[in-house]
Amino acid sequence: MPVRRWMRNDGIKWLCAAGVLIYLASILLMPYSQIAIYSVWEKEMYAFRPAFVLDNYARAFSNELYRRVILNSAIVATSVTLVTAILGYALAWYLAMYANRWRILLLFLLIVPLWTSFLLRAYTWKIILGRNGILNSFMMDVGLIGEPLPHLLYSKFSISLALIYIFLPFVALPVYAALEKMPRGYLEASADLGASASATFRHVALPLSMPALTAGATIVFCLSFGDFITPVLLGGTGDLMISNVIISQFGAAFDWPFGSALAILVLLVVLGLVALLRALGQWSARGAA
Amino acid sequence: MSHSNPAAPGWLRLLSLAIFAFLYLPLIVLVLFSFQDSRVLSWPIEHWSFRWYEALFSNRQIGQAVVNSLVVASSCVLVTILVGVPLALALRRLPRRVAALFERTFLLPLIIPQIITGLALLILLNRAGISLSLLTVILGQAIVWMPIMVTVVYARLLRLGPELAQASTDLGAPPLATFFLVTLPNIRGSVIGAALLVFTLSFDELPVTFFLTGGDNTLPMHIWSMLRIGITPEINAVATLTVMVSIGLVLAGVMTLARTFRR
Repeated sequence: MPVRRWMRNDGIKWLCAAGVLIYLASILLMPYSQIAIYSVWEKEMYAFRPAFVLDNYARAFSNELYRRVILNSAIVATSVTLVTAILGYALAWYLAMYANRWRILLLFLLIVPLWTSFLLRAYTWKIILGRNGILNSFMMDVGLIGEPLPHLLYSKFSISLALIYIFLPFVALPVYAALEKMPRGYLEASADLGASASATFRHVALPLSMPALTAGATIVFCLSFGDFITPVLLGGTGDLMISNVIISQFGAAFDWPFGSALAILVLLVVLGLVALLRALGQWSARGAA
Repeated sequence: MSHSNPAAPGWLRLLSLAIFAFLYLPLIVLVLFSFQDSRVLSWPIEHWSFRWYEALFSNRQIGQAVVNSLVVASSCVLVTILVGVPLALALRRLPRRVAALFERTFLLPLIIPQIITGLALLILLNRAGISLSLLTVILGQAIVWMPIMVTVVYARLLRLGPELAQASTDLGAPPLATFFLVTLPNIRGSVIGAALLVFTLSFDELPVTFFLTGGDNTLPMHIWSMLRIGITPEINAVATLTVMVSIGLVLAGVMTLARTFRR
């Protein structure tokens, strides 16, 4: 009887594994691999021809325009990640250590915007930062400035500001969860043993929350790097990011193979970063333990 | 935690306050300026009015877009439940280590920029000769939001532990009876909570829809095309309504999840 039961359990296990694998292969692997396939095809007049060439990749790196677009994306994503990491961490620290009875309410306030429309939250910055927008007209009304500040909108600044606004909870929430789980005794022990507040932070709290910080920062970087909405709404002509070029290749430019090659570059950046930061997070957690 | 914490340093309290102001002032601006009369969006608001809401409700295209978005979002919820719950149950049966690896793979569509998922599906559908419609939008969105359903339900199953289902099986209940009478009532809260979140996200989704829609516009697609033409207070009105409905749904979803995970 135990043998038969073991076999039945094992059979179910294999069935479950097979089901999950079939889903992942058909729903994830199959579509994503199409991009890789197309990226080595050739464009021929108004059709795409199966081939195996790396011309599309070469074009992405050799052309000044595309190099700049990739650089733009990297600059915006890096600055957004740095600012959200710092601000998000500080906010999480406040919530976990000091918020007391306001904590649940503040957490709610942090979670709610996360689920509202990305598009609309980017749009609000367009009406706030415009030349005759709400910020400029408000500051003129109260006499802070004489005439509108010209460069608030249509710059990397406005793109980054909107993305920081949208992604800040992505860092604050996981870091909060990590700090909240951390036994308070660790901090007290460190203080009792004579460590200064900053030493306790650097050697105890920071390493323990590092995996959460890197996880949040990774997501922020990836999603900022691949965003196409804020550059269109809030960027100038020179601030286009890589996703905008990819979209135009699938639209007016009608060069799917080249667009696919650019998409593969984005995928490589994203997956590479996920792997790197994961390794980093594990390494630093091991250092703490 | 029962003991009270010491007071926060002044700078940290100030910074946190500033961050919350930063998170909410834009939303407040959005709402306030949907109730002003002028076509130009600038400070101060001279006259208050409902005219942009009236314009909104008489706009037939927006009405149709809202209907399309509702159809897409509810179908997406249905698909993620029908596929996601069995997937979560299957994950639960696997050894923890294997399940963790699969779970990380499941999460990919949330980390990979959505336009890439959109164009991957576009290429696939194109090669399969399937024409674009709201159906393909539903398919794309179900794929993107599936991780939410799977991971939330899986997390709940992990908390539940296998004992209840085992007891039911040991007492001779057939697998289906165990599922409907034991497992389902226990994961119902997590399914409903995840469903509310998926509905909200799907209703607001743009990048995947952008690639996969045929002739029909969803609400975000319609707003996107309105924004390309120019900004009007009408957009503020539709934005205010959308954000308010989202906030309501998310509050319901988060509270359901908080309750079901506290048990």
